[in-house]
Amino acid sequence: MKKLMLGNEAFARGLYEAGCRFASSYPGTPSTEITEALAKYDEVYAEWAPNEKVAVESALGASFAGARAFAAMKHVGLNVAADPLYTASYTGVNGGLVIAVADDPGMHSSQNEQDSRHHAIASKVPMLEPSDSQECKDFAMLAYELSEEYDTPVLVRTATRVAHSQSAVEQLPRSEKALKPYTKQPGKYVMVPANARGKHIVVEERTKKLIAYAETAAVNKVEDNGSDIGVITCGASYCYAKDALGDKVNYLKLGMTNPLPDKLFLDFAAKCKTVYIIEELDGVLEAHARALGIDCKGKEIFGCIGELNQVIIAEKLLGKVPEVTPYPEALPIRPPVMCAGCPHRGVFYTLAKHKITVSGDIGCYTLGAAKPLESIDWTVCMGSSVSCLHGFNKVLGKESQNKTVAVIGDSTFMHSGLNSLVNVAYNASNSTVIILDNSITGMTGHQQNPTTGYNIKGDPAGKIDLEALCRAMSFEHVRVVDPYDLKQCDEVLKEELAYEGPSVIISRRPCALLKYVKHKAPLKVNTDKCVGCKSCMRIGCPAVSIKNGKACVDTTLCVGCGVCSQMCKFDAFESTKKEA
Amino acid sequence: METKNIMIVGVGGQGTLVASKLLGHLLLSQGYDVKVSEVHGMSQRGGSVVTYVRYGDKVYSPVIDKGEADYIVSFEILEAARWLPYLKEGGTIVTNTQQIDPMPVITGAAQYPEGLAEKIKAAGVKIDAFDCLKLAEEAGTAKAVNIVLLGRLSHYFDLDDEAWMASLEANVPAKFLEMNKKAFLLGKNA
Ligand SMILES: Cc1ncc(C[n+]2csc(CCOP(=O)(O)OP(=O)(O)O)c2C)c(N)n1
Repeated sequence: MKKLMLGNEAFARGLYEAGCRFASSYPGTPSTEITEALAKYDEVYAEWAPNEKVAVESALGASFAGARAFAAMKHVGLNVAADPLYTASYTGVNGGLVIAVADDPGMHSSQNEQDSRHHAIASKVPMLEPSDSQECKDFAMLAYELSEEYDTPVLVRTATRVAHSQSAVEQLPRSEKALKPYTKQPGKYVMVPANARGKHIVVEERTKKLIAYAETAAVNKVEDNGSDIGVITCGASYCYAKDALGDKVNYLKLGMTNPLPDKLFLDFAAKCKTVYIIEELDGVLEAHARALGIDCKGKEIFGCIGELNQVIIAEKLLGKVPEVTPYPEALPIRPPVMCAGCPHRGVFYTLAKHKITVSGDIGCYTLGAAKPLESIDWTVCMGSSVSCLHGFNKVLGKESQNKTVAVIGDSTFMHSGLNSLVNVAYNASNSTVIILDNSITGMTGHQQNPTTGYNIKGDPAGKIDLEALCRAMSFEHVRVVDPYDLKQCDEVLKEELAYEGPSVIISRRPCALLKYVKHKAPLKVNTDKCVGCKSCMRIGCPAVSIKNGKACVDTTLCVGCGVCSQMCKFDAFESTKKEA
Repeated sequence: METKNIMIVGVGGQGTLVASKLLGHLLLSQGYDVKVSEVHGMSQRGGSVVTYVRYGDKVYSPVIDKGEADYIVSFEILEAARWLPYLKEGGTIVTNTQQIDPMPVITGAAQYPEGLAEKIKAAGVKIDAFDCLKLAEEAGTAKAVNIVLLGRLSHYFDLDDEAWMASLEANVPAKFLEMNKKAFLLGKNA
């Protein structure tokens, strides 16, 4: 029977059925659940790597050892893994190597909107693009066939609406694949210039063969509905186009978006009076069509920003304007917020209070940029908080070094903050780095990481000792604070900012949403004591609000962290637990 | 059959994903083609969240845009108003009347709007609004708001209780099943 599966779960199922044995990934929305689902199959070894480059290199090693191997990441993760990808294109594989990359048009959970197809083109690696869950499964399996037949890693690109949509999937049993024997082949695997020159020629030959495959590949489908209008599309855009235009037009749906076929494009276009190219983000299919001399319309109509959907397509191509009932008044927005009891809050309150310039990074703590704390000055990419602070302080020196910090989460620190901290130590900038250690990778939904002591299955694993690590990097000042203790945060921050030299502060307290965390009883407000001064509102806790001029605690949200009560000069917050 | 569209909206953390999973399971078991689209990641942290459920003979797109929803199932009344433009003409809103203050209201930068359900009704929209939190607590846990809402939604579907119960069984942990069945019936009979 068919089962509803997330694109990501179906992807994992395809890898499993195809005999995948090894997976190494770094979490990133919307790719994370592929590896989480894969870890549930006992036949597959799965792990969280500290970052995407390590993940791809580990998977490449597993492929050299003869296993069908896998790595997953979000679009920006492929930037981190680009280095091994571009040369793995030259070495090729032994066991098949599949790399999933999940784009995020519309930036539901990302810092940019890049189109991963450019990486496939630049690294000369084939790319498949499923448009629903069944295709996620089928394409994952096909990717292994192509990888082994053409001796290349294969990229499979998804996007938020494919990865995080559920649709029906047929499940089949796994076909076990024996390890392919490893044999020493320096000409293939040792990429020194003399060998790489030869391999580049092989890569170009391979691309020609792949183009020939693409001309007739079953995944590049023509749907001839006898129309003189043609739509060339791929991925989720195909679903949107089918919904908007139905069987009234012809389709060329590309399941393989790199390399692209020439003849298939030309033959399809020759039968149509008008050709539309419907694709999200950049005009990759369009550029190919135009290079072939096909007269077409695409980005001039749809643009390259955000997601498409059936309503947008119907409006642009059919002039159908949706009938909409507006709500008659403006409504307050509901942005994401730091949870009640979030251990990051105390640190950001302290930084905001002292008007510190904060070099931010990526994680739940990026919410420290939101109102009312508005503490973060910039956020770029993972690990950049520490390196940006280093550069900033090197330029401004005394003017900035005692008024600036970097904030970085435990997972982000392990990802690439570590290298940046090496630079602070080595090139000695007078920088203060705060590691926000909430003992989990929070933002992406609670994945273990090298600092937590557990692996992807929740079993005990190696545990990096952050204090010892920083000391080994020559930091003499490594301080640990409890972010629920505002006084301690304040004192330690002041001391370390005043200190003439690099220092690390570790703010340590597990994420309040972790199951094992024991919470105190919720607090309540003694309205006789509360004077309505609103001091407690400065921490931006979603559980605390003002009702009828007095503070009020939402006991369904409050976890009793007590940060609000430390803001109160009148002792108005009390435990809801009766004194024993 | 033309594709039908259900939107499930609420505040991150309210359990909207379980509701969409259950609906998807139910509709697939009735022989429909189904697509469910979820949002994970950033907005889950207390932000405004939405899931789409679409079903019919053959469903292509997993998302619902403005003017398309046959039903909006809302876990919080301000969210029902926020997503109103997504409702199709003649569509129905089934909503919890619970209020959860968004951050601008908490910080005092904005007021929680008054009379939301009445104004939606005045706009000529069918709205079925009731206090799900109270019923969920009556069933044994505030967390069952999602199941109370589904119970209410079941009124609008031509399916017997058995099909709903089978999907409940398949999607909630055994130890919470009785509580959830109770929540479903309380919602249904509300
Ligand atoms: C290169 C890259 N990989 C992955 C991500 C996705 N991502 C965003 S935040 C984050 C992890 C944050 O974890 P942590 O640093 O522990 O902070 P927390 O969310 O727990 O506060 C990840 C993996 C990304 N943005 N960029």
